[in-house]
Amino acid sequence: MAADIHDGAYVNLGIGMPTLVANYIATDIDVVLHSENGILGMGPSPDPAHEDFDLINAGKQPVSLLPGGAFFHHADSFAMMRGGHLDICVLGAFQVSETGDLANWHTGEPGAIPAVGGAMDLALGAKQTWVMMELLAKNGESKLVRACTYPLTGMACVKRIYSDLGTLACGPNGLQVIDLVDGLALCDLQSLISLPIARPSAPR
Amino acid sequence: MINKVAQSLADALVGTPDGATVLIGGFGTAGVPDELIAGLMEQGAKDLTVVNNNAGNGDRGLAALLKTGRVRKIVCSFPRQADSHVFDALYRSGKLELELVPQGNLAERIRAAGAGIGAFFSPTGYGTALALGKETREINGRMHVLEHPIHGDLALVKAEIGDRWGNLIYRKAARNFGPVMATAATRTVATVHHIAALGELNPEHIVTPGIYVSKIVRIPRVATQAGGFAQPQKARHA
Repeated sequence: MAADIHDGAYVNLGIGMPTLVANYIATDIDVVLHSENGILGMGPSPDPAHEDFDLINAGKQPVSLLPGGAFFHHADSFAMMRGGHLDICVLGAFQVSETGDLANWHTGEPGAIPAVGGAMDLALGAKQTWVMMELLAKNGESKLVRACTYPLTGMACVKRIYSDLGTLACGPNGLQVIDLVDGLALCDLQSLISLPIARPSAPR
Repeated sequence: MINKVAQSLADALVGTPDGATVLIGGFGTAGVPDELIAGLMEQGAKDLTVVNNNAGNGDRGLAALLKTGRVRKIVCSFPRQADSHVFDALYRSGKLELELVPQGNLAERIRAAGAGIGAFFSPTGYGTALALGKETREINGRMHVLEHPIHGDLALVKAEIGDRWGNLIYRKAARNFGPVMATAATRTVATVHHIAALGELNPEHIVTPGIYVSKIVRIPRVATQAGGFAQPQKARHA
């Protein structure tokens, strides 16, 4: 995924696994990381001696600010998202539908405390929303589904799914494979998730 | 002569009525005005509606206020955190009402209150459980949800430097909701760590102009504590 983030991109990386993408972005390009709590130009976490809890990321962990970085208030930060100014947003997911619906905020279990944060704004706001997830849940069920059964975060908002088994595009016409891990055939993946997957339209 | 400098937290918060809606700045623990929250607990107003991004960390600050039982309802985007046990227990026992709002809609609803906007259509949340029962409209081929402003009777804001006119400058990402909340309440009280002489702040650097601020109180600087997620978290976004 990191290789697909272009020089000059403004990117928001969601909490958890997506945050790790930052470690793999090429160092010879400028990628500006956005944090929903009012930071552009977010840098890596500092050594413990330089931690400053007035400078944290969306996961509330201390980060640093790169030269050229900026602070702004929350309404501006979400105007940046909603207004379509971010190029890429990477989120985790419980489920993604073949048409790009996203469910990642609530399992819907009784007694679970719901928390949505910025997920709904992020899912809709960026020019491209990418999901990063393991393709199968712990119980072996596919997290790529015809229609989400978990409560929705956003409708038709996901463009790509980066997974442990391959990379797929999704949209109004359903799924299309971009990349598969070595040794995995398209028909194997299809049988794992029980959904039709189109072949790549052009060599990539 | 305008002098918004209050001599104590108690002076700044006097007269906060029962039933007030209180906008409280902060994201996780960054920018949370712990001292003002402690002052509000001392002042004693009850039956409060609190608006904050989260619902308290640990046992301090907002969590301590919730623990007093004086908060009836909390409006926030992300109550569940690694150390939100005070909220969790109150919510599960039905003693605290929760209005869950997507974070951007929360910020914009507060902004709208400060800017005199009657209501606005936002695409965020359309088709989700958080938009249930809300008016929707298709605008330029995209579905939107009607969202109403959140106005506060009181806003509590943590800033870095202020002057006697109430102009404020913030520190790093502790700014977060502060400047927006300051605009949206009948009365806004800010803590600062330094009070500058009038004219000393560079007008190009002032983030919150004093018109939005009722009182400022100088407090000693204490290190902001860590608070938030235990790692690793998957598939969740604050």
